[in-house]
Amino acid sequence: MGSTEPLRLAGVGIGALNGIDLEVSPGEIVCLSGASGSGKSRLLRAVADLEPHAGEVWLGSQAQSQTPGHAWRRQVMLVPAESHWWAETVGEHFEVQPEDGALAALGLEPEALTWQIGRLSTGEKQRLGLLRAVSREPRALLLDEPTANLDDASSQRVEAWLTECIRTRGWPTLWVAHDQGQIARVGRRHWRIADGRLAEVAHAWK
Amino acid sequence: MEVIALAWWQLALAALMVVVLAGCTAAMRLGMSRSLLIAALRTVIQLALVGLVLEALFAAERLVWVALMALVMLLIAGREVMARQKRRLLGGWGFGIGTLSMFLSSFTLAVLTLTVIIGPEPWYRPQYAIPLLGMMLGNTMTGVALALDRLTDTAWRQRGVIENRLMLGQPWQVAIGDIRGEAIRSGLMPMINAMAAAGVVSLPGMMTGQILAGTAPGLAVKYQILVMFAITLGTGFGTLAAVAAGSRRLFDGRERLRLDRLARPRA
Repeated sequence: MGSTEPLRLAGVGIGALNGIDLEVSPGEIVCLSGASGSGKSRLLRAVADLEPHAGEVWLGSQAQSQTPGHAWRRQVMLVPAESHWWAETVGEHFEVQPEDGALAALGLEPEALTWQIGRLSTGEKQRLGLLRAVSREPRALLLDEPTANLDDASSQRVEAWLTECIRTRGWPTLWVAHDQGQIARVGRRHWRIADGRLAEVAHAWK
Repeated sequence: MEVIALAWWQLALAALMVVVLAGCTAAMRLGMSRSLLIAALRTVIQLALVGLVLEALFAAERLVWVALMALVMLLIAGREVMARQKRRLLGGWGFGIGTLSMFLSSFTLAVLTLTVIIGPEPWYRPQYAIPLLGMMLGNTMTGVALALDRLTDTAWRQRGVIENRLMLGQPWQVAIGDIRGEAIRSGLMPMINAMAAAGVVSLPGMMTGQILAGTAPGLAVKYQILVMFAITLGTGFGTLAAVAAGSRRLFDGRERLRLDRLARPRA
């Protein structure tokens, strides 16, 4: 099932950022970069409505402010750089079993869902956190440095899996990234946050 | 049986031993002899004053005075609940939620116990009403304070977990469900433990007092059972109400976790 609704930010303001307008088409990945502390993560939190903010966000014709908080976040799903776990085993955090092949595509063993939370490495947590969010089948994705804790090999694997998911489901996606190589590989557009402003970066390397 | 009268000089002997204890803690540099002495002094002054107030109250036996006394006790208990919290809710909510939930549970139960079960004449007879309410408020206060402290402190420590659960689309009640359960448990645990140990490990204070004052043990036991049930009910419903209201206040209308509504802990 593909969603065909764009994600549109209209005059969103949070912290030092003001009046952010941005439209992400279905299945499009827009990369966001900027120095740490520039407000990338907070912008994603505003889009997911986790912090009070100015402006409005639209998913298709649905307005953020007209949707109950949990229903909005269920559809516009933010995956933080550091995932948190509350139950004993990995599997208890999944509402539905992830589709076949997803674990392998992320370089995880088939029995990963039975693992104890306490023995997960940071890299495993990050990949399972992505899988946990994606398997809930949202309608738009907000990714905060999805490969921050991964080595190059798993990083590219995760990238490939994510871009495939986003393309087939048609999710509009905001992807915060540092690595210029990654931005060039996954993003159709790239915006950079500096001095409280959002500026589009021309893709000179393409 | 005649009660043996206590003279002030006999109490002074006990006080002297408290001073000796304070001397010991000072020698060991535990840094608590000062608060120990202040607390002991407060006991003397507060109880002496309350003794005077009670004598006047018992002599007057008027509903307004009983109600006024109850109100003062409630407000002090509310202040105490707030003071015992590391990260209390700001803007009067910490005081308001604690006080209101104690009012609803303790007052309702005290009035119910007086009118339906004990039935003194008149129902607000201060000899019954004030000690009963005092015991209920004292214990409800402990339960509510423990539960609210646990709620706000755990929410603060586990904010990452709560927010991650919100990000996955869970409603706020689900996202904080585990923490809410823990908070309620920690509020109810002391009372459950007290009931389990009553009479076996510890002789409850009220029963001891009554027996010392000459009541037959059989009657003292009945009153103690009644009081413990009333206290448990008061603590239980008070804690449930306080945690429900407190956890709601941790989220706003958009179901965001609002830890900015908590005070910073005093260093």
